[in-house]
Amino acid sequence: MRDDKGIFYRIDWVLVGLYLALVFIGWLNIYASVYNETHNHILDLSQKYGKQLIFIIAALFLALGILIIDPKFFSQFAWFIYGFFLFLLVLVIFSGREISGSRGWFAIGGFGIQPAEFAKMATVLALAKYLSALDVSIARFRSLVIASAIILIPAVIVLLQHDTGSAIVFLTLVIVLYRAGLTGFIPLAFILFPILGVLALVLPKLMMAGVLLVAAGIFYLFSNKRFHSVVLISLVFLGSVGFVFSVDYSVNHILQPHQRNRIHVLLGQDIDLKGAGYNVNQSLIAIGSGRFFGKGFLQGTQTKYNFVPEQSTDFIFCTIGEEWGFVGSALLLLLYLGLFTRIILRAERQRSRFSRFYGYGLASILFFHFAINTGMTLGLVPVIGIPLPFISYGGSSLWAFTILFFIFIRQDSYRYDLV
Amino acid sequence: MKRIYADRKYIIIGFFLLIGLLYLARLFYVQILVDKYILSANNNVLRYVTQYPARGLVFDRYGKLLVYNEAAYDLMVIPRQVKNPDTSVLCNLIGISKKEFVNRLQKARNYSPYRPSIFEAQITRDNYGFLEEKLFLFQGFYVQPRTLRKYTYPVAAHTFGYIGEAGPDVIEKNPYYRAGDYIGINGIEKSYEEILRGKKGMKIRVFDVLNRDKGSFRDGKYDTTSVAGTDLYSSLDAELQEYGELLMTNKKGSIVAIEPQTGEILCVVTSPSYDPNLLAGNIRKKNYTKLLQDTVFVPLFNRALMAIYPPGSTFKLVDALVGQQEGVLFPETRYGCPGGFPLGNGKMVGCHPHPSPLDLNGAIQVSCNTYFCRVFKTIIEKKTYGNTRQAYENWRKEVMSFGLGKKLGIDIPGELNGNIPTPAYYDRYHGVNRWRAMTIISLAIGQGEIGITPIQLANLSALISNRGWFYTPHLIRAIGKTDSLNKAFGTKHKALVDERYFDVVIEGMANVVTGGTGVIARIDSITVGGKTGTAQNPHGKNHSIFLAFAPVQNTRIAVSVVVENSGYGSAWAAPIASLIIEKYLNRSVKRKDLEERMINGNLINGKLENEGRQGNILPD
Ligand SMILES: [Zn+2]
Repeated sequence: MRDDKGIFYRIDWVLVGLYLALVFIGWLNIYASVYNETHNHILDLSQKYGKQLIFIIAALFLALGILIIDPKFFSQFAWFIYGFFLFLLVLVIFSGREISGSRGWFAIGGFGIQPAEFAKMATVLALAKYLSALDVSIARFRSLVIASAIILIPAVIVLLQHDTGSAIVFLTLVIVLYRAGLTGFIPLAFILFPILGVLALVLPKLMMAGVLLVAAGIFYLFSNKRFHSVVLISLVFLGSVGFVFSVDYSVNHILQPHQRNRIHVLLGQDIDLKGAGYNVNQSLIAIGSGRFFGKGFLQGTQTKYNFVPEQSTDFIFCTIGEEWGFVGSALLLLLYLGLFTRIILRAERQRSRFSRFYGYGLASILFFHFAINTGMTLGLVPVIGIPLPFISYGGSSLWAFTILFFIFIRQDSYRYDLV
Repeated sequence: MKRIYADRKYIIIGFFLLIGLLYLARLFYVQILVDKYILSANNNVLRYVTQYPARGLVFDRYGKLLVYNEAAYDLMVIPRQVKNPDTSVLCNLIGISKKEFVNRLQKARNYSPYRPSIFEAQITRDNYGFLEEKLFLFQGFYVQPRTLRKYTYPVAAHTFGYIGEAGPDVIEKNPYYRAGDYIGINGIEKSYEEILRGKKGMKIRVFDVLNRDKGSFRDGKYDTTSVAGTDLYSSLDAELQEYGELLMTNKKGSIVAIEPQTGEILCVVTSPSYDPNLLAGNIRKKNYTKLLQDTVFVPLFNRALMAIYPPGSTFKLVDALVGQQEGVLFPETRYGCPGGFPLGNGKMVGCHPHPSPLDLNGAIQVSCNTYFCRVFKTIIEKKTYGNTRQAYENWRKEVMSFGLGKKLGIDIPGELNGNIPTPAYYDRYHGVNRWRAMTIISLAIGQGEIGITPIQLANLSALISNRGWFYTPHLIRAIGKTDSLNKAFGTKHKALVDERYFDVVIEGMANVVTGGTGVIARIDSITVGGKTGTAQNPHGKNHSIFLAFAPVQNTRIAVSVVVENSGYGSAWAAPIASLIIEKYLNRSVKRKDLEERMINGNLINGKLENEGRQGNILPD
């Protein structure tokens, strides 16, 4: 279906619709989060919803701009963009502004810009670019090392900015590597090790070692020939046991007290409602009190009276949970799941490997943000301050996600032009 | 190689959906399955401020204010909201130690981290001033206006009773009460609790995270206003009550005065007593313990309602009435008195010297034991009843119709039955059919197992002056308005003795005072009917009893006085009763010498120096 009527007839309006819906939901709930009777004009720039409206309008212009750029630009300039943002990431360490403990912000006018948000987009571009090269195969060790380096270099720099949350986000790109052919054990390990870590803290260590031994035995007996190596299984077993013991040791001896508290609170071993547990508890109270239909727009008492900290940014999901109830929260969940699934399905339909890997990178980043952010408000994962894509308040994250997202829309709209 | 890994999209999408499903389940759990979050949410923002109504006032029969309210403040705490306050400042402000502070906070937390508990109760207005200035420093603490009960006269403590925090048992049974609410625990405060307390109101205020009041919840849609408690008009005469307590200084015993036409209690004195202000406010617990531990004076024991005495010779009045009703005694019936009533086993019920023989009137006047033993014997041996048991049963029924031996049902708690022994008791004690009139002859003179309370004695006096009927004695004559009479006490109770039999008894009682055992009770300007009595006390000196009413015609006051361990009725009880009568009817007492002697008599610590010195103390 070649169509010469122009770009707007070929872009995926479903994805764009989902994007617009999420941005609108975000703004509505930011309005509710900071609403008070004296400032209720939606364009009041002294209020977060006024600013967010400006951010949104700017984001739409950015989106428009990306849609009219030649799609080849992004693959051709991927390395340049990656390099540029690595430079900014380093620069911000030395000349940036410190906001809530992280030196990751440039102050431009009244607004703060966080290069780390944009670096995700740059990294996805670079990774997609690298993996799309014809001579690259992830099965080769050299390729794996380079691909890993593309991911880890910005992650480490961000970590140096004391922004652990954003640094972890980069690791989610392992999903792209998996799609590119990386053995499934590595992403599996990404999932299993945190679980193992939690169990290490909750269960007695010797019992854990026993469980691992049994697991290794079962694996030996039932796995197919390919993994039937006693040495390998033993190594994995010993590694796991070592991991269990080291997690316990590091939590109890290496971590700072406040970090240790966070972990204990999350595991339910400690109820410190004033300290580390306060945010999560208040968040659960807000969400839980929404019940089935929610309290209604602007009716959330927890929201209105600021019981949940950082409610317009990291804890925006509380507002949705409280005011829109299970119905609203579940709907939002489904919107996101629909978005991720559609991105993956569209990515698979790409003729260019670059576009496909880029789509996977986009889906991974969005999914990870979503999973960590909502999981945190639901008390399922530790408090890691990363925004909910398209919804949380903040210019940097909205713009970065918008650019990340619309580059894919642009690539997608262009796929038929490739021969 | 491009398509090799394409199927991994299913694994990846599957993983995304799996996490989504997990979150959906978690949402379902948090938002729908469990309640604790919505409860916490309400606790976060809504503060239920109880509006405590002013408790009803209590006035005396002449409109004098007896019980009123004074502003006080409860310091409340919501443990969950407490944020590391500077404890030492707060401790100083309310005068507690740091350890006590921690204890109280823990106690409140144990009750509920989310609900308010009283941290310090009933802070007086003066102390509140200092606290108020600093209170903003202590998150989680706030002040709840309350009232403190105050008593104009430091008297009638047992009658008023006291209020205190509702206990867990009350809260469980009655949904009106919440922890920290006050409830009447004794006396009028208890029996008229629902009238006095009014109705609590509730204001729901919204508070933000910094504990700032953000106004009323939903514009006060769910607020309720409080309704003030209803005032009570007591039948007590405050002055008489005060005078009675003065007379009973350093004596154990009681005075009960009743207006016979209405059953209204004019005063009810129990001694030793205490100042009711001691059991009001935050000093209550400490003082209560102190009073409770006083085993010498036992000030918490309300003798007027709970002390059971053998009525002694006062019971001869009942013999006289029942005898006539049974047709075995007439005013002109005469019995001789050979110095006692022989029991047939060589023993006898002794009697004091007096002219003999006597008719009924004379026998009452000199309180002849022999005479009334004979009367009792003829009643119990009356042929028409067939046997002793039947006759006794009938006698008992008639005696109890005088309001003796069972609770009268007055309007404060604690009253005891007293005891008119059942036939079954004698069956058990002596064996079935093995007891006769002579076996139980001591009942005739009000001794033995028989036991009645001072309030029953006063009621007997009122009943006699009314010639056979009484209204249940009560302390609250009107509710809300002075003319809105207490409907609970409008029933006339009739004794099983006809009106005509009372004349001779009343005449005899008048003679007791004009020229019998109770001459000490004579008042020049007032005709008084009375009867002395002595309750035998196996543990020490006998108890002095006097029962009286005045004036003899158109009686306005009926009194019983019991003074423990003070000998004959004429020694202490009779003069005190007559002073009470004089005070009530004349509003002042002329017999200052007698008054002074009575007030100064110390029968608890001192010794009786005046017994026998006075010519008019006579055995009864
Ligand atoms: Zn005699």
